[in-house]
Amino acid sequence: MASEILRARYRLAELADPSRFREPLDIRGADPQRLLAQLRQMVLIRVAEEKIGDMVTAGAVRCPAHLGIGQEAVAVGISEHLRPTDRVFGAHRSHSHYFALGGDLDAILAEVLGKVTGCSRGMGGSMHLFDQPRGFYGSVPIVAGTVPLAVGAALAAKMDGNGDIAVAYFGDGAAEEGAVHESLNLASLFGWPVLFVVENNLFSSHLHVSLRQPAESVARFAQAHCIDAEVVDGNDVVAVSRAAKRLVDAARAGKGPGFLEAVTYRWRGHVGPREDIDVGVNRSVDLASWKKRDPVRRLADALVAAGAMRPDELDGVYGETRERVEAAWRRAEAAPYPADAELLRCVYAE
Amino acid sequence: MSRLAYGDGIRHAFEHLLERYANVFVIGQGLWSPWYVGNSMTDLDKRFGRERVIDTPVSELACTGAAVGASLCGYRPIVVHPRVDFMLYCMDAVVNQAAKWSHMLGGQAHPAVTIRGIVNRGGEQGAQHSQALHAWFAHVPGLRVVLPYSPRDARDLLVASVLCDDPVVYVDDRWLYGLEEDAAPIAERDLREIGPRVVRDGADVTLVGASYSTHLCLQAAEMLARSGVSAEVVDLRVIAPLDPSAVVASVRKTRRLVAVDGSWSTCGLAGEVIASVVERLEPGVLAAAPARVTLPAASAPTSKPLEDAYYPTVDDVAAAALGRVGARALAARGRQR
Repeated sequence: MASEILRARYRLAELADPSRFREPLDIRGADPQRLLAQLRQMVLIRVAEEKIGDMVTAGAVRCPAHLGIGQEAVAVGISEHLRPTDRVFGAHRSHSHYFALGGDLDAILAEVLGKVTGCSRGMGGSMHLFDQPRGFYGSVPIVAGTVPLAVGAALAAKMDGNGDIAVAYFGDGAAEEGAVHESLNLASLFGWPVLFVVENNLFSSHLHVSLRQPAESVARFAQAHCIDAEVVDGNDVVAVSRAAKRLVDAARAGKGPGFLEAVTYRWRGHVGPREDIDVGVNRSVDLASWKKRDPVRRLADALVAAGAMRPDELDGVYGETRERVEAAWRRAEAAPYPADAELLRCVYAE
Repeated sequence: MSRLAYGDGIRHAFEHLLERYANVFVIGQGLWSPWYVGNSMTDLDKRFGRERVIDTPVSELACTGAAVGASLCGYRPIVVHPRVDFMLYCMDAVVNQAAKWSHMLGGQAHPAVTIRGIVNRGGEQGAQHSQALHAWFAHVPGLRVVLPYSPRDARDLLVASVLCDDPVVYVDDRWLYGLEEDAAPIAERDLREIGPRVVRDGADVTLVGASYSTHLCLQAAEMLARSGVSAEVVDLRVIAPLDPSAVVASVRKTRRLVAVDGSWSTCGLAGEVIASVVERLEPGVLAAAPARVTLPAASAPTSKPLEDAYYPTVDDVAAAALGRVGARALAARGRQR
């Protein structure tokens, strides 16, 4: 019976219920200009990922592309509180993490095409992104692979003594890896300034969290390791931002690591562009419901209601962004591939 | 002239690095009570502080990964694994992360991390406390793998590993900690320029080793000399990336090759040495088929008599060398004398 009580304690309840949180965001107290900028950023992420998805379908993109459409609010809400000297680490689904730090559009599109002008010089593809000047230290597809690295980047930040922090993005599936638990213990024990961000989209590849873990909320692991945690609606950029600010400020102030669980849902399959069927699992009923909890539209509705945006302005933002992405895509297509000699370069430092 | 022991050499390297380089730190298990790493780390925490000599929870993966992460931020960490066997827990950090970040990110990231694993076997410790897994790491492009034999190399190659911009797996062997040679000042060297070298000249057969197996080769060469066989010994020092040219040049001269390794044969270092040499020699150069002296294909036993039978000895190396030279050649040489 104890297990039943614990399970109930760690239910995500309404946060995982797509029939909830469909209304416009509560933006009271937030700066409308900042929210407009965040809206534009989320639209850029969405449109760029839609383009990448279309190009997978068309056969132009050949690398595995894990799209985070529907999850844009998480990285955008967190990155508001980051600075270029922070150290952000991603995973397999990291386009949004890259964009939210201001990552260059041309460079990521070129990267998914394997072009030498890419952010990883055409050596990484969608799953290995890099933009250190803006604080994006790297993303990799080994589940939980970067979580210990982020902890070490936090140790380095503490040694530097400038108040910088590290951020480790991972998913609910990664919480099943031992690496995460070792990392939580280590960071908490030594008080290293790292923000652990779980984008809990309820699925790891084809398996729902209920088939993988005895409880839904991954933040229970933060509690086990005495780490301050917040659990929020990941499709609410204002809620994500508010929670992130508190945890980031604490980490910067030397109060140790923080843990943010953002509950969300990806609209596309685990890998690739398809919506209808995902690695053998049909999610079409849930998906239709989750689309009504769209992080972009809910923010736009709030801005319109507050008089900060015209009702037709969102369409305009989408239109401009599409033109921008198309132009960037044409440039990426025209860019050269790495020369054959690149194959053996950079195995070691030069 | 003063003498330098292998274990002291390693400690001197740590002291040198921590004293001169503010971006060097050490992380691993047992560092505040380093009783099971011989004298190789004594009092480092007292001298340099526990902020820079960090004793950790039993978390090989997170600690190694953390060192990789810190190395991406301008630090030069040294991770210490008191037994190589426990490094299997940290393989992702070493193989998927440290080894690959430079290449897969277009040369923009350089994990300048040194991962020190200690081979600590014998004493009836058995299957999980005895392994020498350097070949696993040498298999992976992007890693440099260093196996020092001499006390000065144990010191200077550790310094070179840490100052190198690439991830380095540095493996030392507790059976060598008491080995001494004449002392010399610490030399800061470029690891990229360090490779196999001839440590004893000879004419009849080339013995190749690394770390403790070089020690066996040198002792075997002494023994062989008493039988009238002149053995040349090559100490590999850096097994990845492996530059076989010194071994090839030696075998071109001696025409016979014995590769000695303190680990298993299959897909191992001894086989790699032989293949690297054979594919570079013209047909007919070799006067005898090359031989490997390695562990038998079994886990390390505990019972003392079995343990004695398990590890390659000086006699084994000498016998393999005599087998290459051949009874007829030996007899002929005896008549010439």
